[in-house]
Amino acid sequence: MEVKNLHFFYEDNEEILSGINLTFDSRSTAIIGQNGAGKTTFVKLLKGLLKPTGGDVIFNGINTKESTVAGLARYIGLVFQNPNDQIFKNKVIDEVIFGPLNIGQTHQKARENSINALKIVGLYEKIDENPYDLSLSERKLISIASIVAMNTEIIIFDEPTIAQDYNGKEKIKSIIKDLSAKGRLVIAITHDMDFVAETFERTLVFAKGNVLLDGTTREVYSCIEELESAYLEPPNVTQLCQRIGVEKTFLTVEEFINYKKK
Amino acid sequence: MKKIIVENLKYKYPLTNELALKGISFDVEKGEFIGIIGKNLSGKSTLCQALVGLVPHFYKGGYGGKVVVDGLEVSKSEISELSQKVGIVFQNPFTQVTSCKLTVYEEIAFGLENMGISRGEMRERIDNSLKLLGIYKFKDRNPFDLSGGQMQRMAIAGIIAMKPEIIVLDEPTSQLDPRGSEEVFKAIQNLSKEGMTVIMVEHKMEKIAKYSDRIMLLNDGEIVDFDIPQKIFSRGDLDSYGVTAPVFTKICKGLRIKSKVTGLYPITIDEAYDLVVNYIE
Repeated sequence: MEVKNLHFFYEDNEEILSGINLTFDSRSTAIIGQNGAGKTTFVKLLKGLLKPTGGDVIFNGINTKESTVAGLARYIGLVFQNPNDQIFKNKVIDEVIFGPLNIGQTHQKARENSINALKIVGLYEKIDENPYDLSLSERKLISIASIVAMNTEIIIFDEPTIAQDYNGKEKIKSIIKDLSAKGRLVIAITHDMDFVAETFERTLVFAKGNVLLDGTTREVYSCIEELESAYLEPPNVTQLCQRIGVEKTFLTVEEFINYKKK
Repeated sequence: MKKIIVENLKYKYPLTNELALKGISFDVEKGEFIGIIGKNLSGKSTLCQALVGLVPHFYKGGYGGKVVVDGLEVSKSEISELSQKVGIVFQNPFTQVTSCKLTVYEEIAFGLENMGISRGEMRERIDNSLKLLGIYKFKDRNPFDLSGGQMQRMAIAGIIAMKPEIIVLDEPTSQLDPRGSEEVFKAIQNLSKEGMTVIMVEHKMEKIAKYSDRIMLLNDGEIVDFDIPQKIFSRGDLDSYGVTAPVFTKICKGLRIKSKVTGLYPITIDEAYDLVVNYIE
C-alpha cells in the first residue's frame, strides 16, 4: 500500500493531513501520536471511507479515489475505535458473519471464519447473546472478530486495547502477531506505548498532520527528543533505562532483566 | 469523615443468574484517591454504577446490602438527589454525550443547568473545567466533531464542572495520549487534594499505582484486597486475578530487589530508579 503526498481537510478547510508519503510493507505497524494528530482520519483514508483532498492512496494498483468503499472492503478491514459505531446486529454471531457474507464469502465459509474468529477472541460461548448485553471490552472483541473473520489482506485496528484488561491485551497481541505471521498487513493506532513495544515491528509517529518518525519500534523509541516534541513518551521500561543511562533501548521487561542479570 | 460506606452489597442484573457483586463491604474517607483494579467482568463498572445509583435505580435487578454516599442511602434516594453529590464519568465517552447540544460549551453546561446554577457561576465553572482539561479551544465545536480523546476530555470536564463531592471515573484516560493521560491524572489528584473523593477504575497500572492512596483488587464480584499500592502490587498471586503489576514492580520482582525501608517492591519509576541503579547481582 502506498500513500503519495496525501492531503486532507474536513469542511472547515483546516488541513488535518499535510503531504504524507509512506509505503507500507508487510511489517506490522503501529501509529502513535497526540490526540487530534490525524491518526483516525488517516486510517479512514487508507480504508477509502474518506477520499484525499490531495494526493493518492494506492493499494495493489487500485487508487482509492477511483474505487468504492464496497470495492475496497474485500481487501481492507477496519476495526472502529468505538465498538458501538460498528455493532448493529442483535446477536453476536449475526454481527460477526455480516462482513464475511457481505464481501461474498459462501455461507459455509463465512460461518466457519466467524466461529473461528469468535473462538480466537474467547467469545464462542456467547455466540447467541445480544452484543449490547455484553460489556464494552467484550463488544470491542466482537468488533475485532468481525474484521478478522473477513480475512482481508489488510487489517487496521483503531485503538484495539480500549477497555481491555491484561489478558485481553495479551489476546489482542497474539491476534496481531498471528495475522502478521500469516502475511497480512496489520496497522494499529494506539496510545499504549508498552503494547506497541511488545507487539509491533514498525512504528510511525504522527504529529501536526505529518509523519515525524518512521522506523523500527526500537529506533523510534530511541528518539527521546522527537517523542517529547510530539507529546509522547517511550514505554515505561525504556524510560527507566534511559534514566539510568543505559545506552541500549530496551522494549520489554524481560529484555532489561536479562541484561541486568548479565 | 467517611464519604462512602458500603455494607455487604450484593447485586444481580435482571435476567441473569449470577451475582455481579457478591457481598462487598468497604469505606472511603473524604479526599481519598481510590483505584479499582481487576480483570474484565470482575464487577468494577457495576460497583461504579452502584455508587451513583444507576444500580439499582436504572438497571433494576436484585439488590441487597447498603451503599451510603455522603450521608445518602443510595437505594432509598432519587438519582436526581444523588447526582448533586456524586458524578460519574462513563467508560465510553460516546455514551456520555447528551446528543441534544450543538457545542462543547453547551454540553458542559447541561449538568449545571439541571442543577439550577446561576448564569454567572455557570460561565465561570465551564471556562475553568474546559481549561483544566485543555479543550477550551474546542468550546464552539460540535461534540461529535471531536476526536475520541477530545471527547473523553469533554466527558470529564462535564462532571468536574458540577463539583461533586465524590467523582467516579471508569477508565477515564483510555483514549488519551500519554501526555494527556498524565495531565488528567494530575488534575484529578489536585481535585482530591482539595477534598473531592475520587474512585477510579483503571487498567494503566503504572498510573493507578502512582496516584492512588489505596487500591481495591476485585475478582468475580468480591474484594480480594484493599490496601496501599505497594502492598497490593507486592502480592505474588496477581496473575491468578488477571491483573499485572506496574512495569517498575515487575522489573524489581525479576531482579528480586525490595525497598529496604518497607520490605515491599517499588511501584513508581522514582522508587525503582534508586534500587535498580545500585543493583549488583
